[in-house]
Amino acid sequence: MAKKRVIGGMAAIFLKESQVLQAATAARASGFIKFDAISPYPIHGMEEACGIERSSIPYVTFGAGALGLLLSLGLVYYTSVLNWPINVGGKPMFSLPAFIPIMFELTVLFAALCSVGALFYHAKMPKIDPPTIDKDLTSHKFAIFIPENDTGYNEDRITRMMNELGAAEVKKVAEY
Amino acid sequence: MSGTSNNIMLSQPANHQPMKRDELVLGHKSLKDITDDICAPVERFPSKGWMGLFLGAKTLFIFYILTIAMVVSTGMGLLGVNHPIGWGTMIITFVFWVGIGHAGTLISAILFLFRQKWRTSVARSAEAMTVFAVMTAGIFPLIHTGRPWLDFWLFPYPNQRGPLWVNFRSPLLWDVFAISTYATVSTVFWFIGLIPDLATLKDRAKNKIRYMVYGALSLGWRGTAKNWSHYEMLYLILAGLSTPLVISVHTIVSFDFAVSGLPGWHTTIFPPYFVAGAIFSGFAMVITLMSLIRIGFPQFKDYITINHMEVMNKIIMMTGLMVGYAYGSEFLIAWYSGNDYERYVFMNRAMGPYAWSYWIMICCNVVAPQIFWVRNFRRSIPVMFVVSIFVNIGMWFERFVITVTSLHRDFLPSNWGQYAWSIYDTAILVGSFGMFFTIFLLYLRVFPAISIAEIKPVMNVGKDEEGGH
Repeated sequence: MAKKRVIGGMAAIFLKESQVLQAATAARASGFIKFDAISPYPIHGMEEACGIERSSIPYVTFGAGALGLLLSLGLVYYTSVLNWPINVGGKPMFSLPAFIPIMFELTVLFAALCSVGALFYHAKMPKIDPPTIDKDLTSHKFAIFIPENDTGYNEDRITRMMNELGAAEVKKVAEY
Repeated sequence: MSGTSNNIMLSQPANHQPMKRDELVLGHKSLKDITDDICAPVERFPSKGWMGLFLGAKTLFIFYILTIAMVVSTGMGLLGVNHPIGWGTMIITFVFWVGIGHAGTLISAILFLFRQKWRTSVARSAEAMTVFAVMTAGIFPLIHTGRPWLDFWLFPYPNQRGPLWVNFRSPLLWDVFAISTYATVSTVFWFIGLIPDLATLKDRAKNKIRYMVYGALSLGWRGTAKNWSHYEMLYLILAGLSTPLVISVHTIVSFDFAVSGLPGWHTTIFPPYFVAGAIFSGFAMVITLMSLIRIGFPQFKDYITINHMEVMNKIIMMTGLMVGYAYGSEFLIAWYSGNDYERYVFMNRAMGPYAWSYWIMICCNVVAPQIFWVRNFRRSIPVMFVVSIFVNIGMWFERFVITVTSLHRDFLPSNWGQYAWSIYDTAILVGSFGMFFTIFLLYLRVFPAISIAEIKPVMNVGKDEEGGH
């Protein structure tokens, strides 16, 4: 972790949802690829504006759900059929219908918890003391952040472009 | 808050245009107003009303802990369970509280999948209600085992007794898995919803301790477009997973009864009947809590509007009719089955020694909600508050009727008996409300009671400017 390079860049603050959406479209159109938009709530259309691909979390959910199903089947089969078979009311040792509730619950449990784990992985959470551009970004302001290692990064150009798009403030951020 | 009263006037039926959606958030609020309004109860000194309620709830909670200590140390004999009624207050109240929880998941998950935008205002508190109700419920079966210090035997783990595994063919074990999965997934779902709001509270923090606590709880959430994209996908997935889960949970709870061979329990109608009853009682509890929140935090009236309350009252009325239908159909099937024992159980319910509990149930669950056919009653806070209390009482009695009247007279008259209700049964039942309300009141003080990040995208619904739909 010590080697991790701190990445700074330029941040433009906007006061309106429509402005930040335009700014994201404009930033993408002018060739930036690593930029990100920060907003207090999910904005409709922002994924298209930023060119973000569909989240891969559903694949994790499916995989984890299938794993949970198989593991729970293994658990009930091993315990109730192989390791300690008990005759309950003359039912067969491998009485699948009676095992379905257990298998269903563990499928859901695995799928849910692993999906949450996938979000934490993608969003790099939990993170202690994340850098903050502006404290109002979780309340009523929006921002576009362009990191300094992005293609065509030029402070003057970004400042000019963002001001034209109606930014309330354009500033240099040491770390984000 | 200025201008609020004018805007409430605007949403009155007189100005109601047929093709226009009702406003979900009243008043012309900016994004900052919304943040300020919802964060206010968390950031100011508690009001006298909150203090009063909290002191009462907390005292009841301590009383509850002492009662449980006595029941655990002395034994289950303090309660009214006996032969033949081996399931009593513990199981009745367990089913009651689990049922309460279901409305929270219905609002937060099922209505989310159906794109019902009005759910946004009430989802957070309803989901919190779910988590706390399941916590309250979970204690009962654990004590009901009689030796709660051995409750870890409920889980399948390698042990030195054989290994002697749990019986996976038993509905009681299905319940262990269903309730623990439900508790885990609902808590995670609720907490995932809270993360962006906790980041908001962190950024508003005026002192270091508050900053550190909310900073740690928000797990370093930043709200970038990439994060929101994954977040929204996860929220959709959790809603999709919670939907079959919540239905499975009360289905499995009903299996505890239905899989047995006892007349009155052994019916295939139980799963849908239990799920409908759970949603019915849960919505009643949501109405009770939301009425109190509206009184305690007047600024929330712009978010939890009368329209929201009316929609929930409609659901109460509909699920009340479904429950009433189930009561009727049980009688029909008992008669149509031609089974003497089945017929006797149902005649005994309505006319036997416990007829009073049956008729309390009918009055509270089937008769009382019919008042909501009248629009003015659906929109009156005092009326809906009283009806919601009646429904809660009625739904507790429904579980009492199912459990006790079926057990007390089964096949052999020599095996008949009465439930020996004791003062400890009352104490356990009343005390559990102390636990629930203590936790709920604390929640209102430390977490935003309405989802800030979810209410902002729907704030323009029903408004002409700003491109509202």
